[in-house]
Amino acid sequence: MYAEFLQFLLSGITVGATYGLVGLGFFIIYNASHVINFAQGEFVMIGGMTAVFLVDAGAPLPIAVVGAVLAAIFVGILLEKLAIEPARKSADVVTLIIITIGASIFLRGLAQVVWDKDFHSLPAFSGEEPINIFGAIIVPQYLWIMGGAAVIVAALWYFFNKVPMGKAMTATAYNPLAARLVGIRVKTVMMLGFGLAGMLGAIAGILIAPIAFTSYEAGIMLGLKGFCALILGGLSTGRAVIIGGIIVGVAEALGAGYLSSEYKDAIAFIIILLVLIFMPQGLFGKKGADRV
Amino acid sequence: MSILRVDGLSKEFGGVHAVENLSFSFDPGQIYSIIGPNGAGKTTLFNLITGVYTPTDGKVFFEEKETAGLNPYELAAKGMARTFQNLQIFFNMTAVENVLVGLHLEMPRNLFGSILRTGGLGRKEKEAREEAERLMAFVGLRDYIGMDAGSMPYGALKRLEIARALASKPRLLLLDEPAAGLNHSETDEIDELIRKVAESGVTVVLVEHDMHLVMGISNHIVVLDYGRKLAEGSVDDVRNNPDVITAYLGSGALEVKEG
Amino acid sequence: MTWLFNPRTGGLLVLAAVIALLPSFLPNNFYFDVAIRVGLNAMVCIGLNLLIGYAGQISLGHAGFIGLGAYGSAILTGQFEWAPLTAMFFTAALVALLAFFLGRPILKLKGHFLAMGTLGLGIIISIVLNTEAEWTGGPDGTMVNPLTLGSYEVYGEHIWYWIVGGVLLVSVWVALNIIESPIGRALRALHTSEVAAETCGVDVARYKLLIFVVSAVYASLAGSLLAHYGGFVTPVDASFLKSVELVTMVVLGGMASVYGAVIGAAILTVLPQLLTAFEDFEHMVLGLILMLTVIFLPKGLLPSLVARLKRKPKAEEAT
Repeated sequence: MYAEFLQFLLSGITVGATYGLVGLGFFIIYNASHVINFAQGEFVMIGGMTAVFLVDAGAPLPIAVVGAVLAAIFVGILLEKLAIEPARKSADVVTLIIITIGASIFLRGLAQVVWDKDFHSLPAFSGEEPINIFGAIIVPQYLWIMGGAAVIVAALWYFFNKVPMGKAMTATAYNPLAARLVGIRVKTVMMLGFGLAGMLGAIAGILIAPIAFTSYEAGIMLGLKGFCALILGGLSTGRAVIIGGIIVGVAEALGAGYLSSEYKDAIAFIIILLVLIFMPQGLFGKKGADRV
Repeated sequence: MSILRVDGLSKEFGGVHAVENLSFSFDPGQIYSIIGPNGAGKTTLFNLITGVYTPTDGKVFFEEKETAGLNPYELAAKGMARTFQNLQIFFNMTAVENVLVGLHLEMPRNLFGSILRTGGLGRKEKEAREEAERLMAFVGLRDYIGMDAGSMPYGALKRLEIARALASKPRLLLLDEPAAGLNHSETDEIDELIRKVAESGVTVVLVEHDMHLVMGISNHIVVLDYGRKLAEGSVDDVRNNPDVITAYLGSGALEVKEG
Repeated sequence: MTWLFNPRTGGLLVLAAVIALLPSFLPNNFYFDVAIRVGLNAMVCIGLNLLIGYAGQISLGHAGFIGLGAYGSAILTGQFEWAPLTAMFFTAALVALLAFFLGRPILKLKGHFLAMGTLGLGIIISIVLNTEAEWTGGPDGTMVNPLTLGSYEVYGEHIWYWIVGGVLLVSVWVALNIIESPIGRALRALHTSEVAAETCGVDVARYKLLIFVVSAVYASLAGSLLAHYGGFVTPVDASFLKSVELVTMVVLGGMASVYGAVIGAAILTVLPQLLTAFEDFEHMVLGLILMLTVIFLPKGLLPSLVARLKRKPKAEEAT
């Protein structure tokens, strides 16, 4: 019984870590531009699918990973330059939402055409020999995911707090005007933000592809669950987003395991609704006051 | 009976006291001004009075009844109206439609009545339209009636907001920097308009930076500084108050020529 | 001639004329089917436009209300053998209640969070419809009894065309009456400045909720009609993609324009039919239309066209 619980817990944490990575992508873009990028899930999909097809075309896994991440970064920057920038000045929030939704549907359609509509998966990074932890069975990929997420979060923390460009991005998030006044180029920050988000999404997609199948539609649910991680954690720190993601993952795993596996997908959305209604600042966010 | 009374009013934003322990009482039928350097808490005070913000402490009384918990739309129904420092005109409408929104509380407002166009809706709309045009003429905007709000000059828009606020037949009118951005002759027009409004029986409370306007028009002035009341009194009291002069030192704003 | 440009009299007359004359140009039943679907989509879009275009809110879950209307009618007339019209209005009333209770907290949200809240709601509805197979038939959907008016069973594209045409005219009329009333003005006001609207006496929260419920009822009624017409419902009718299509129709045709909503629905319902050869590109085209319209024609097709027509005479006067 405990083994079963541990099993659910571990798989929930693993999946949740990927939700957290996707959520971080949302977080970075939101901080850079106050836009919620509905196409974030598509970065995840592009990462996974590109890697799959590069591997199928004969590339060794590391090259395929790098190639896939670069592809997603490229798409992210393109999205920012072509769709977001032209509309930013005059656009209100609803317009920007619609633009990113349009982009996400477009990218999904493009994926359908460039690749296909089937499910695919990547070979596991270091084999599929099950590991027994106190009765719970996990595969090595779980460790890759958890480890990968931890490394990335640490690297991002370092970037945003110690590296000049990263600090510039943090500053711009707090006060775009002041940032501009001290010479930070906001356009570069935005581009970088979208590029980073693309990278994060792609890595999440690649890490999880060996376990969960990927397809042209994989982005929808992963994107939405990543958003759930974001608002559950609260728009305050990257750490909060990851924790939010893990909580969502665990809630899903436990809910599916003990309550109803059919409603597994609904769990994340119910969480979204409950958080938005009762606790819009999330677990770790600050209560905002509306300034008129 | 006072028309507006504020008692120990405070508003804190994350450690910053925008308004602190403020108290005053205004009688009906006068023109009051609230002045103070930038950041003194004047607009916050207006937002507290009109229900946009909730006080951290203290109370607001409108016609001796506490306003705690009342929404702006409820206060509008009770006879309070305001204009905004940063023009909140409905740019997606014509000028007269803006004023018609101000008349909202007098119009039939139920859904099925609107769908089926019952209850003499057509007639009420016509009457409201005439009233709105009359209000626009009152504030001097007769030539702008059918114009898109987006095409109107800034000075006209300031007066349009006043017309809209007057539409709800308020007994208390709060004007947030009505002369901001206006030139000398436009400010004189606003001065004249405010006097006209006060003569019609409405109590007017202004927040203003234009000292010439303030000193010329006010019956009573409250001076704020860092969210607290610095001084209160007639034009002469305030003008000669050393604390007030110190607060404004360097801006020369208190040097008002007579006449 | 100016009465022709008055939306209520002239516009309705033009729309009625189009509906009356169109059948002479439709070669076969397939085209009638497309026309009927245009009409039903238009009905939903008119309601959605009141919410998005006029009141300035957003809903990414409106297909959920269509699904509820469709399945409500299907289940009540099927498993409970209710009369279809009773079932339709009863379902609409239930959907109104749901929209009221859920809308209250959700509409307190703004911008992205409102979008996400409505998105979540729509997806939860579609998941429930997919899962509760005992009631809904699960992913495969369920059959629906035909519409009956009295003891007369309604079959066939021709008769349905006239029914949907009539319902569409009523939908437009209702929407126009709401817009031109004090309620409509209050909605347009709160779209621009909620604070200012409040100080004018507009109970902003109440009006947002009101129009949300109205738009949900439009969707529910359309869903019920769709169910009876098609004879079949599946959870796809309530999917997220459908919700996005609806928003695209509203955005494309024109925000804050009732006839724009109709045109947007017409274009985006007919387009996939024209592009059947390009079915694979459907998503790409939809996504592109959405992005390009919003960036270059932010007011949508009809209002932009009208604005251009208005400008020309003035330019000629100037010279």
